[in-house]
Amino acid sequence: MSQIMNPPSASRIKVRPSSEREGRKDYISIRDYGFWYGQKKALDAISLDIPERQVVAFIGPSGCGKSTLLRNLNRMNDLVDDVRHEGDITIGGRSIYDAGLEVISLRRRVGMVFQKSNPFPKSIFENVVYALRVVGVRDRSVLDEACETSLRKAALWDEVKDRLDDSALGLSGGQMQRLCIARAIANRPEILLMDEPCSALDPIATGKIEELIHELKDQFTIVIVTHSMQQAARVSDRTAFFYLGKQIEYDTTEKIFMNPSQAQTEAYISGRFG
Amino acid sequence: MPTNSDSSTPRGESWVWFTGLGLIVGLAMVVGLLSLVLVNGITVFWAPPVPVVKLDDGKGIIGQLAQRRIRPGTPANAPRYERQYQVGLRELNGNSYLWVDEAKINAEEFPTDVLGLERVENGPAFVRPITLKKSDGKVLAIADADFEAALQSEVASARLIREKLVEINRHQVGEVNADMESARIVLRRAVDLHQETKAVQQREVIAKLEARYAVLQAEGRKVSEGGAVATLAVQDAAGRSVTVPLTQVIRAWFPNRLDTPGRLQLFFSRLNEFIFDEPREANTEGGLMPAIFGTLVMTVFMSLMVTPFGVVTAIYLREYAQQGPLLRIVRISVNNLAGVPSIVFGVFGLGFFVYVLGGTIDQLFFADQLKYNNNSPVFGTGGMLWCSLTLALMTLPVVIVATEEALASVPRGMREASLATGASKWQTIRDILLPASAPGILTGVILAMARGAGEVAPLMLVGVVKLAPTLPLDGSAPFLHLDRKFMHLGFHVYDLGFQSPDSDAARPMVFATTLLLIVLVVCLNIGAIWIRNRLRARFKGASF
Ligand SMILES: Nc1ncnc2c1ncn2[C@@H]1O[C@H](COP(=O)(O)OP(=O)(O)O)[C@@H](O)[C@H]1O
Ligand SMILES: [Mg+2]
Repeated sequence: MSQIMNPPSASRIKVRPSSEREGRKDYISIRDYGFWYGQKKALDAISLDIPERQVVAFIGPSGCGKSTLLRNLNRMNDLVDDVRHEGDITIGGRSIYDAGLEVISLRRRVGMVFQKSNPFPKSIFENVVYALRVVGVRDRSVLDEACETSLRKAALWDEVKDRLDDSALGLSGGQMQRLCIARAIANRPEILLMDEPCSALDPIATGKIEELIHELKDQFTIVIVTHSMQQAARVSDRTAFFYLGKQIEYDTTEKIFMNPSQAQTEAYISGRFG
Repeated sequence: MPTNSDSSTPRGESWVWFTGLGLIVGLAMVVGLLSLVLVNGITVFWAPPVPVVKLDDGKGIIGQLAQRRIRPGTPANAPRYERQYQVGLRELNGNSYLWVDEAKINAEEFPTDVLGLERVENGPAFVRPITLKKSDGKVLAIADADFEAALQSEVASARLIREKLVEINRHQVGEVNADMESARIVLRRAVDLHQETKAVQQREVIAKLEARYAVLQAEGRKVSEGGAVATLAVQDAAGRSVTVPLTQVIRAWFPNRLDTPGRLQLFFSRLNEFIFDEPREANTEGGLMPAIFGTLVMTVFMSLMVTPFGVVTAIYLREYAQQGPLLRIVRISVNNLAGVPSIVFGVFGLGFFVYVLGGTIDQLFFADQLKYNNNSPVFGTGGMLWCSLTLALMTLPVVIVATEEALASVPRGMREASLATGASKWQTIRDILLPASAPGILTGVILAMARGAGEVAPLMLVGVVKLAPTLPLDGSAPFLHLDRKFMHLGFHVYDLGFQSPDSDAARPMVFATTLLLIVLVVCLNIGAIWIRNRLRARFKGASF
């Protein structure tokens, strides 16, 4: 516990050795990517590959563009007026900006969990199966099954199985966030994006979500934005460090935390700025 | 609690007083208006004791005190008062009300034989009865012990006769008339198209209806003349005597004999009549059922029409339209629509809904009706449907603005969560945004309803009339006749207060009607608020 509460320092961070799982090394591939909000350039020349079924963490000081990059992976930033990009992002070899690819079907393959848990004001059950309802699934047994598996994967089943018809708004903060994870994985996406999923949670709930990320990475490719260096070190296989919209360093988590090649990375990791 | 001098508390700040003053002034006006209406509206039904007033000049009057005021022109430091008494007996006095200088009043007595009568014609009367000639021919004098009981039972049996007459005259004869009307149209058409056999048939139908009409009239005469009618001989304060047939009497009471339960019973009986009966005497007496029903149905219909239109428009403006200068202009225009005088909407309703839309409907679907019924229109004239549409148009901005605000206040996270799961924009609107903004939308509908229910001016142009005693609801399809003209409480207030020949007699009804209109609006609002709170309960505990 104290480790989490203390300011980060490179020497005290334990790093998990990255597990060797097979899968495409360039499952998500970002090439020379730049992004503007109006006149403001938020991302500049980002190039990185995210391997299949691994956890990649984005770290960096506030406002460096982590969320922007994450939200571009499922084109959530399309909702913002007056934005523009350069370069390309491909998932499984296909550009997400491909004219033939509908944003809706992209988002069905790329689930997202937000910083602020945002359950719908519906029952727990309806929250989880929302993505299935959206694609027109009516069959009650299919919905029931999807609800149970997703809640089990999100480690929430035992806590809510007796009150699936209660409002989701009655859950605790940590439960709500896990419910949002269950909702995001209910339609079996390939990729799960998480934008600081634990920033509003207490250490115990945070621990549960981190456990969950370990479980989920067997099936999903996970990109997680986090403010906590310990968290990045605990959960991720690879880590990207951003600063002022630029990608400073991207490597295995072990390398980034033990032996960063850039001075800026080293400074950030050891808490000298950020 | 100890006084708190913390500067962050509002106490002691002058602006608090200033803003509080605004609230107090507003509240005072609202409470003042409501209590004025409430007190005057409720006391209409209360039967106070009725004095016999002896005047200086030896004359006297019997009447219920209506109001007391300072005589115009008397000095402020030594005011002289005058009183207005309702004496009734319009056929003798020419007027139901008399003003009396208070200084000229010698004595006021409350004899127990003063009788109040509510009559079908010529308004009420306050008199002293002399004799009652019962329907079996026996005559009772006022001194007889069972006079009052006999009078009440005769009034009750006379009521039955009257109701039977109304049933025959209004409903059965009315039905025959309507059938005759449509049969004549069919006949004219048949003659016009040279369908000889059909014309013959129709003539037979009409002949049958005419025979039925004659039978009904004979029946009516028999009811009204058959059986000796009980009569009551009465005299007024001046000793002039009048004979009142009891079929004319709706209610008789001895105001100086009643105990409190008796007065309460009379109160509720009058209130009941006021709410559930049809109007009498150029609307100054009787009940308001047709107007209540008309107002209610019209308002509900208006809400049913304005809500989908307003919501759909707001969804387009907020969710789909390209935000820009053009949209801003549209928004400003919509908001300004709320400031257009309501009579302008009435003119528009008359021109567009009644003449253009209604006229077209008549041309398309009721061409026969027009051709063979002296061009009398069906939808091409004012009616409930057009009233609802006109008011819906008028209250549209309220619903649009409320819906836009409700949509905008749905937390962004909910919208993003839905889109991120792969829902389309429309699915997000339908499944997430609309349910979440339903309470806000309903607030708009409540405001629209309150505004629409109290509106009068435009309705006078598009379908409200002074008298339409039959409800637009009956047994013949389509049951609810939205093409018909109807009565409306707001118009009723205007009509009673400003168009009535005897404004003194109408004043109590103006207050009572206003009170009823307010109660109706409050009930509608409570209904809508109840629905809204149920919706809100689903969002309880939301922590966005
Ligand atoms: N919707 C937006 N409109 C304009 N600028 C934005 C918007 N969202 C983020 N930005 C800007 O883009 C930069 C990167 O923001 P963000 O990706 O949210 O940073 P991070 O998540 O790393 O804290 C910031 O300077 C921020 O001000
Ligand atoms: Mg962020």
